[in-house]
Amino acid sequence: MSGDVTSIGSGTESLAGRQVALIDLLDRLLNGGAVLTGDLVLSVADVDLVHINLRAVIRSITSDEPAPW
Amino acid sequence: MSTEAPAAAAGISYVYAVGRAGTGLDTMSGPVPGLDGGVLRTVRAAGLDALVSSVSARTFSTEGMKAQMEDLKRLEEIARTHHLVVEAAYACSTVLPMRLATVYLDDTRVTEMLHQRGADFCGLLARLEDHVELGVKVYADLRQPAEAETADAVSTPAPVSPGRAYLQKRRAQRRSTQDVYRAAGALAAEVPGRVAALARDRVAHRPQQGELATAEGENIANDAYLVPAARAGEFRAALDGLAEDVPGVRIEITGPWAPYSFATPPAEAGGGRSER
Repeated sequence: MSGDVTSIGSGTESLAGRQVALIDLLDRLLNGGAVLTGDLVLSVADVDLVHINLRAVIRSITSDEPAPW
Repeated sequence: MSTEAPAAAAGISYVYAVGRAGTGLDTMSGPVPGLDGGVLRTVRAAGLDALVSSVSARTFSTEGMKAQMEDLKRLEEIARTHHLVVEAAYACSTVLPMRLATVYLDDTRVTEMLHQRGADFCGLLARLEDHVELGVKVYADLRQPAEAETADAVSTPAPVSPGRAYLQKRRAQRRSTQDVYRAAGALAAEVPGRVAALARDRVAHRPQQGELATAEGENIANDAYLVPAARAGEFRAALDGLAEDVPGVRIEITGPWAPYSFATPPAEAGGGRSER
């Protein structure tokens, strides 16, 4: 996986067109972003997303504590 | 003749981001594709533009999403497309990124949502204006250089010259695990103070673990900072060299990102900030 990880001291890059590490992306897209009440996938958009098999793979997103479900 | 029920065949509205009306979000339909090749459009209400594309109601229903989330490749596809749209929008103007899979039945519902949440959105947009998010990760790296080489050659550009990196790693091996973790913890604790004058806000994400955490070493801090876009270089410079003389400890900075980690409307129930 190619990352956008830059070493310290490199300059500012443009926002567009970088391939970012998936794990950094999921940190933001599953933990961050405005949480709204959508009409569908309401629970999926929130923490229940990691309720599924992927939770081992994307453990960074899940709780360290025992699962609440 | 289609076997699908009309409701399932119809498109529903996937919302990527919300920005102020008239800031150019409506010009993005050409260059940037939405999910599954859908064409981006804007839905305007309450002085705001929501960046939207139509997606299959069946694929993005609650059940459909759950099925998709079982498939890491598909999750990656959705996440990357979402991100590219948000990134392109953020290059255009300040927008509020939506969490992955924010879906409405149609554009009318999106309009209603904009009316309901308009005041919150405007407040958040004002707060995020001209800011970017930068990620700061601190690693404790106890692994052998040879092992690290095989992990993933392209993931991390060497922060220092190869010879120096090698010597640093050799020195790291001689230290006890405990020393390295202690040093990494101390360094992670030092970061907020170093950037206090540059960062407007900070959110601690959970340290990265699991199969996707392919970077060398163990991630012990994974923070996001809200930084004025014009000062991103200063922010990097402020952390420059911080880990240089600390064997086995490494800092990585990611971004600039659209401010995903700072986009939570405060009034939404259950939408509390993720500071932990």
